[in-house]
Amino acid sequence: MGRAKLPRKSTSIDMTAMCDVAFLLLSFFILTTKFKPSEAIAVTTPNSVAAKVAPDKDFVMVIIDKDGKVYLSMDDEAKKEYIANTLNNTKGLNIDVKAFKKAQYFGTPFSSLASFIALPEDQRKGGNLPGIPVTDTANNELVTWMRLINEAYLGTKAPNLLMKGDNMAKYPSFKAAVDAFKKNDFLKFQMITNPEAAPTGTDLWKINQTGEEKED
Amino acid sequence: MAEMDTSSGGGHKKGPGVKKGKKLSTRVDLTPMVDLGFLLITFFIFTTTMSQPTAMKLFLPKDADKPEEQNKAKESGVITILLGKDNNVFYYEGQLDNSASNFKSSNFKDIRAVLIDKKQRTPEKDLVVVLKPSSECTYRNVIDILDEMAINVLKRYALVDISAIEEELVKKSEQMAGATASN
Repeated sequence: MGRAKLPRKSTSIDMTAMCDVAFLLLSFFILTTKFKPSEAIAVTTPNSVAAKVAPDKDFVMVIIDKDGKVYLSMDDEAKKEYIANTLNNTKGLNIDVKAFKKAQYFGTPFSSLASFIALPEDQRKGGNLPGIPVTDTANNELVTWMRLINEAYLGTKAPNLLMKGDNMAKYPSFKAAVDAFKKNDFLKFQMITNPEAAPTGTDLWKINQTGEEKED
Repeated sequence: MAEMDTSSGGGHKKGPGVKKGKKLSTRVDLTPMVDLGFLLITFFIFTTTMSQPTAMKLFLPKDADKPEEQNKAKESGVITILLGKDNNVFYYEGQLDNSASNFKSSNFKDIRAVLIDKKQRTPEKDLVVVLKPSSECTYRNVIDILDEMAINVLKRYALVDISAIEEELVKKSEQMAGATASN
């Protein structure tokens, strides 16, 4: 009896193509990933259904940590230079303008701002800073900060005013910050949150289902 | 799985006198490399999607000094939500009674049902939600309740300072709740 000969097939597969694809994807994701800059201030943001991505440039951010301490962060160096110069002129703080420009955030009262700026960058850790004093309504230094920012941005496009608060921060700090915004006519701001899906069955969920554009 | 392929083409017939030189294949096993590649891909996929914070917009009303400039709201359409400590929520509709009989206690789970119910009962143009966070509540509570506005598509709401009477009521209710819980 003649048996039909089955051709022997190797079980090994050519991996080259798969490897190509894998590394193509890898390089894509490496290039698109934006790592969060290592943050000296630990803040866990709450969740919300807001779908709009937070702006990451041209911002002025007020950070509230879990103890209710308030910090200020902004990215435009030209504006920071203006603020430093104004502070030096009006309050005689003697701030090193160059270091001020490079500083990522500010979290001390005006009185100790100069010595804070004089510290090397890696020693300015959020935890041991006093924060900008805000809770005393008579001496809310954030109001002064916001006024300076207002002046610095005068005549140009208004910055994206952001608020980044920790879950555990108490309301008075938040209110003090909002008051500072109000006093300087910043009536629009955005709060940084983590995305979350709208709960099923709610009105927002229905709107999202029908694919209508959500109003801002 | 792929493995090192040391057998060369195979089909070649060498003459009897020809010495066989050992042929080493140039093919390398790529499996570990692919493994590593995909591992890194998964890592980067997760890090990209996770670190995308969103922003929630909030418009502040301009402080109106004169009472006639303030926004008027129909009493029947107003619901006031008060935020206490430890995620407690209180609410009342319309004006607060002198005896505080319409002052009700709730929590973040149940407040949605209250809001939906209120929304259905009230014509849209009259509905106003007044949010009054007390000094004991956290930032998270404020965001949660603002989020609740977004979830239930309530267009008119305002963050208002809490009054001393209300603060007192919130404290008292919390104490009472604490007392019953401990009994």
